Amino acid sequence: MKADPSFYDYWPYQDRPKIRWPNGKKLAFWVAPNIEFYELNPPENPHRKAWPQPYPAIQGYGIRDYGNRVGHQRQMALLDKYGIRGSISLSTALCEHHPEIIQMCKDRNWEFFSHGIYNTRYTYGLSEQQERDMIRDSMETIYRHTGQHCAGYLAPALSHSELTLDLFAEVGTELFGNDAGFYTCDLFHDDQPTPIKLRSDKRFVSIPYSLEMNDTIAYVVNKVEPRRYGQMLKDNFDRLYQEGEESGTIMCIPTHNYQVACPHRMKAFEEALDYITSHPDVWVTTGREIADYYREHYYDAALADISAKLGANK
Amino acid sequence: MTDKVTDPNSPLHYPVRRYGMDHDLYDWSMLTDRPKVQWPNNKPLAVWVNINLEFFPLNQKGVPFKVPGGMTMPYPDLRHYSLRDYGNRVGLFRILKALDKFNITPTFAVNTELAIRTPYLVQLLKSRGNEVLCHGWNMDSLHHGKMDRADESELISRSVNQLRELTGQAVTGWLSPARNQSQNTLALLAENGISYCADWVNDDMPYRFKQDGLWAMPLSTELEDFYILGNNLHSETAYVDQINDACDFLLQEAATQGGRMLTLNIHPWLLGQPHRIQYFEQILSRLSQQPIWSASASDILQAFTAQQAAGTVES
Repeated sequence: MKADPSFYDYWPYQDRPKIRWPNGKKLAFWVAPNIEFYELNPPENPHRKAWPQPYPAIQGYGIRDYGNRVGHQRQMALLDKYGIRGSISLSTALCEHHPEIIQMCKDRNWEFFSHGIYNTRYTYGLSEQQERDMIRDSMETIYRHTGQHCAGYLAPALSHSELTLDLFAEVGTELFGNDAGFYTCDLFHDDQPTPIKLRSDKRFVSIPYSLEMNDTIAYVVNKVEPRRYGQMLKDNFDRLYQEGEESGTIMCIPTHNYQVACPHRMKAFEEALDYITSHPDVWVTTGREIADYYREHYYDAALADISAKLGANK
Repeated sequence: MTDKVTDPNSPLHYPVRRYGMDHDLYDWSMLTDRPKVQWPNNKPLAVWVNINLEFFPLNQKGVPFKVPGGMTMPYPDLRHYSLRDYGNRVGLFRILKALDKFNITPTFAVNTELAIRTPYLVQLLKSRGNEVLCHGWNMDSLHHGKMDRADESELISRSVNQLRELTGQAVTGWLSPARNQSQNTLALLAENGISYCADWVNDDMPYRFKQDGLWAMPLSTELEDFYILGNNLHSETAYVDQINDACDFLLQEAATQGGRMLTLNIHPWLLGQPHRIQYFEQILSRLSQQPIWSASASDILQAFTAQQAAGTVES
């Protein structure tokens, strides 16, 4: 076990090379709806229980099923209204279980990235080969059902191994070259993209996917009131937009159809989206487009700056 | 493409990765794909206010887990026991007064053991004539997957039948304590003449279980007083906001997608407190000014299934 994941070096937020998003925009805004499938009866994983109650744990399962049966289309209608294309963090077995949902997202040219196969299958305890196979299955499933070369990864239920990022990048390369497997949402160390060091030396970036703005973290873990969540989203935006004057920032709202799309939470979410998208210098985009743009325009400058500042640290 | 893993012991084995659900309890269906529902008098929103009348044993076993709202201190946990009892002695009467003032119809989810212990309450329910549904035996008699089928069968028939005898009602509805079920619960409910179960929270509208004759009546957990005030520790004002926002949203959705249902699950020991009752009154006052159909759970289900039978609504 390591004391430091070794994916990135210390790189202070101030005095970095200036980022400008396409058309001079200051803030890249993306919404990442998690479209997940939780199994009612997953095999037991000794490292983590899927459900707090013995099988069948219908409460937790039921509300997540609510997301797919009811919530998904509510959120979709709202994102349509504000011209936002979702970047879906996808439990890829959902392609098999609920292809209707996948079709609606395809119709809107939304991005699909891998969130593993089921959100009840954890990385813990998998061998390197098993994790590689699982990631490969998930990326192949996305390709088979959508034709997309999966660019991003958010590990299932945020369960990782030391090799998760490496394996994702390598499988992406094996399947589709540099057009797949080039960004991660698993790290929460920054408000800008950062280059990630992998054993394969692939040009690979971390794209901020905020845990603090994540509706499940806000609502379930932090027990935030819906209207306060709406206010937090606006406050988060205001500061990142202001800082974007100096150098482009990213705001992500990770959502769950079983949280944000409940009837009592829609209003606060809508007000926040309305507020954010009404600002002129916002690039409303997807995770893949941010990662692509960054790799092309800022990756090398970032590496050089990190390297120069590492020297200054010594 | 990756070969299918057939070794059942592999963590990459997915035997139910297929179209629809990963179980056989009900069919996969998206709310927006279903025909529009019409409530009586063309009201867009049916409102089901469910009042829980519960008995929390002081000597709880806590199997397979401590019920939320149950005892937390070493035996005898008088403070939690008596505060729950407060709801049935005092809080309930504030709730009833508020409901009657705004002409809102309640449905009562009753633990059968409470009905046995409090004949006064049973008389009261009888005289009011509101629907009673069975909320299991008591708040420490949980239905769970490690339970013997025969034991659960006895528990369900005892709970349902004794409540029928005591109330003189058909008692066709069911809400499990802590909403926990075993893999046999749905079948056992059907065997005992139950026609709807409110445990599942995966929809905003009724739907059909594959178990013959059994319907799901979703009773929102997310809007429940205990969840918002007791679990999330939100303010009373935030509780009111959330219900108002849900009501507004569902009314708006009903305008294009057909009748919707707003379900409020209420615990008198919590909301019947002197400092909280005014917020419940605010909710009822505002609700009573909206185009709602206030009805019992059974009446709502009947209106729904009648359209289903007429072929205008599918499950």
